[in-house]
Amino acid sequence: MSLLDRRLIRETSFGLTRKLWRVSWTYVLLLCVLAGVGYAALYSAGGGSADPYASRHILRFGFGLALMLSIALVDIRFIARLSWVAYAGGVTLLVLVLRMGHVGKGAQRWIDLAGMQWQPSELMKIALVMALASWFHRASWERMGNPLFLLPPLLAVAVPVGLILKEPNLGTAVITASVGAAVFLAAGIRWWKVGLATAGIGLAAPVAYGQLHDYQRARITTFFNPENDPLGAGYNIIQSKIALGSGGMWGRGYLQGTQANLNFLPEKQTDFVFTMLAEEFGFAGGLALLGLLALIVLGAMAIALRCRHQYGRLLAVGIAMNFFMYVFVNVAMVMGTIPVGGVPLPLVSHGGSAMITVMVSFGLLMSVHVHRDVEFSDRRGDI
Amino acid sequence: MKREAKRTGVFTRRALVLAAAQMGALGLLGTKLYQVQVVEGGRYATLAQTNRVSTRLIAAPRGRLFDRFGETIAGNRSNWRVLLVAEQTEDVDATLDNFSRLVPLADHERARIEREVRRHRRFIPVVVREFLDWDDMARIEVNAPDLPGILVDVGTTRLYPFGSLLAHVVGYVAPPSEADVAEDPIMALPGLRIGRAGLEKHHDLALRGRAGTMELEVNAVGRVIRELDRQEGRPGEDIGLTIDTELQKSVLDRLGEESASAVVLDCRNGEVLAMATNPSFDPSVFNSGVSQAQWVEWTSNRRAPLINKAAAGLYAPGSTFKMVVALAGLEAQAISQSERLNCPGYLDLGDTRFHCWRKGGHGMLDLRGALKNSCDVYFYEVARRTGIDRIAAMSNRFGLGVKLDIELPGARTGLVPTRGWRIAQGHAWNIGDTVVHGIGQGFLQLTPLSLAVMAARLATGRAVQPHLTRLVGGEPQPGAAAGDWPPLGLPEFDLHAVREGMWQVVNEPGGTAPIARLTLPGVQMAGKTGSTQVRRVSRDQREHGFKSETLPWEFRPHALFVAFAPYDAPRYALSVVVEHGNAGAATAGPLARDIMTDVLVRDPAAPREQPQRVADDAPPRPEETR
Repeated sequence: MSLLDRRLIRETSFGLTRKLWRVSWTYVLLLCVLAGVGYAALYSAGGGSADPYASRHILRFGFGLALMLSIALVDIRFIARLSWVAYAGGVTLLVLVLRMGHVGKGAQRWIDLAGMQWQPSELMKIALVMALASWFHRASWERMGNPLFLLPPLLAVAVPVGLILKEPNLGTAVITASVGAAVFLAAGIRWWKVGLATAGIGLAAPVAYGQLHDYQRARITTFFNPENDPLGAGYNIIQSKIALGSGGMWGRGYLQGTQANLNFLPEKQTDFVFTMLAEEFGFAGGLALLGLLALIVLGAMAIALRCRHQYGRLLAVGIAMNFFMYVFVNVAMVMGTIPVGGVPLPLVSHGGSAMITVMVSFGLLMSVHVHRDVEFSDRRGDI
Repeated sequence: MKREAKRTGVFTRRALVLAAAQMGALGLLGTKLYQVQVVEGGRYATLAQTNRVSTRLIAAPRGRLFDRFGETIAGNRSNWRVLLVAEQTEDVDATLDNFSRLVPLADHERARIEREVRRHRRFIPVVVREFLDWDDMARIEVNAPDLPGILVDVGTTRLYPFGSLLAHVVGYVAPPSEADVAEDPIMALPGLRIGRAGLEKHHDLALRGRAGTMELEVNAVGRVIRELDRQEGRPGEDIGLTIDTELQKSVLDRLGEESASAVVLDCRNGEVLAMATNPSFDPSVFNSGVSQAQWVEWTSNRRAPLINKAAAGLYAPGSTFKMVVALAGLEAQAISQSERLNCPGYLDLGDTRFHCWRKGGHGMLDLRGALKNSCDVYFYEVARRTGIDRIAAMSNRFGLGVKLDIELPGARTGLVPTRGWRIAQGHAWNIGDTVVHGIGQGFLQLTPLSLAVMAARLATGRAVQPHLTRLVGGEPQPGAAAGDWPPLGLPEFDLHAVREGMWQVVNEPGGTAPIARLTLPGVQMAGKTGSTQVRRVSRDQREHGFKSETLPWEFRPHALFVAFAPYDAPRYALSVVVEHGNAGAATAGPLARDIMTDVLVRDPAAPREQPQRVADDAPPRPEETR
């Protein structure tokens, strides 16, 4: 260990001002810009009015920002110790939601808490990343080669994914599994195992299709041919494509999106908010928004690379992956590239619990960044 | 720390791979976005326009029909309707309950309303009740606060002020069928009616006019946001008819209870002044829908009220056909006007004996005498000499067995047989067939309208065509002047002989129809009777003093009469056919006399000061003398 390294790692604790100084304010600014885009979009979705979506959106973002900064100041080592507690809490909530959750749109995925409806699966993804990061924190490259060592974390992914599938919520289950896979990959799982897992999924997919609910199958089949059923399951995709096409290169202009304003576009304030923006601001606007989202993903990955401890790195990768999956699934869905799946565009779509959970995850990310150089003394020499 | 360095190196590489994959995926999304928005943008933009703009049709008022003096025969009437908009009431049932307390709703009506409410989107109005009167409307308006979702609306409906008087001529309107809707989208207009029979059908396109269009901006559930553009349609053309409703009324009255029809033509130009069919029906019933019971009643009635007997009823012409046979014989020089033939009461042809209607026979008769007495044997012989094909050709020149220009879609051509027609049917033509056609029996099937045309052509010597339309949208239609019709190309000498024979039928003692003689001073009518058996009279019946009056109604012979008047300057021609009316002279003759008297007294074809707008641009007509 070099002299430089030792000097940095020695810095085991520091004051509040120091921590605030270490927060990546550029990253916070990026998030504020994204939330601002969300405000503009919801103002338009409300028919040119802050009521009912935009004003609540920005209030929630303010609250989420405060929450994020508070979490950012919590010592990452303390958070790491809470990892498995959070995981246990997440699984408990998932079981609870199946037992007594609120049924909405044919699926049992909501739970009432603190005056808001929460999707425990959203919280579960963060808790899962924490748990996996905690497990792999002390794993050396050699240890990663031991299949027995990989079995418990694999189980830790399988349990929540299974529970989420049972709700049923295919989209979130896929995102959860992808996030888990990203952490496994970053932790150093062997490539041949990655290949084996991919092949396994490929073989299992037809079997899994048989297990899907009718509405999920309908989504998949109409996705391949939406014009078959223009007023039924394919309606959303067709209307979304029409709205995108009507936007063209430069868009119809802010508040001028006819498809969205005339309600042809379904759920324009939630799932299809990207479509509405792309209609009003055109391809140029859509691309700019994609660029902003890419920057946020890259920023999270940069934080992961900059971090000096494995727990922080893996946590950051998981959070980056989570955000990326939200963006990818949502945007691909509105363009008819993957089956529609009720996944919002984080910080832009209207919706309370999604916003709060995303901000909590960014709080954890920022805590990683603030505490990027701390030493996990209790783990010293573990690897 | 070597292990830590190894682990960090792996993580860095893996994180970079992951980040690159993520950026690659977002890049792909960007490409796809370019594809959807820019490359395929045009197609989707067009779809967006149709998504946003809904074109709706505005109904054009249907053109009206007027008689020759401007009386309204078919008009439009306001139709007060009550509609229900389900989204404007919290409880459809409660609203309907309150409504039926004011205007009782039958159970089946209620069921229909509830079915339509369920089927349509909630902002689309559903018809609760049509054809409401003022009392009901007033009660509904007063109670409006208790009737959320109830909407009072005025549409139009077809109105036939004369009811059944002109049902067969005017026809009726009815909602379009599924097939009609597929053919023309205008048919989808709520409440639209199209002509289904008679003039309403013939002139349907002109009467319909052109629907206007309204471009509306609508949202995804079809609710109207605002009107973008409006193009007014063109109302349907008003049509002036040749019919005189007053005359029509008196003709129909004359027909009484008989299953009969009568046609009155202006014989110089073919204008149909009256075309009456008895019994008739109320055409407005079709507008709102015919009940099952009514339909069964109509179709099972043996007097067939739905059939326009004047233009679509087919009858053997009987003796009314003899003028045509005579002219065919004269033209073929098979007979001369003065040649006298003997009638012993029968004609033997091979081993078949053809009887004259008069048992003892008529003795020696020339052409005029044969017509006057309606001698069968004379015309058997003339037909035999002339041949069926010459008779058929002459018939066609008189408008028999050929398609007439009448504007009635249901009009039938009838049948005048030829040798070729019979052979095409796979039979031989026998000389006996020719003989029975000489007295208008056999295969002959003619409409009363064509018989009236024959009378008109006999009277004028011109090929007048019957027509019902004088003006379309104020434009005079051709054929109003006598000179519009070409001469038949028959020698006036021959025509005159036949006319004289017809005059003798009515006006000379010993004629077959002296009963039909007019009592008007200075006016005389020429005519011809006809009776046609609907069942063969057997030799046994003939020998035992056959009396057709004793037969059941449906086996009695039809009675016919054709006529024109005034004899010296013909202006009107008519035909009367009384189904199962026994003898032409006894039943049809007096009817023809009375109808012709009415016509001459009224003189509807005479030029006069015409009060209505329809007549404003009537064409100038030749001077007439009475």
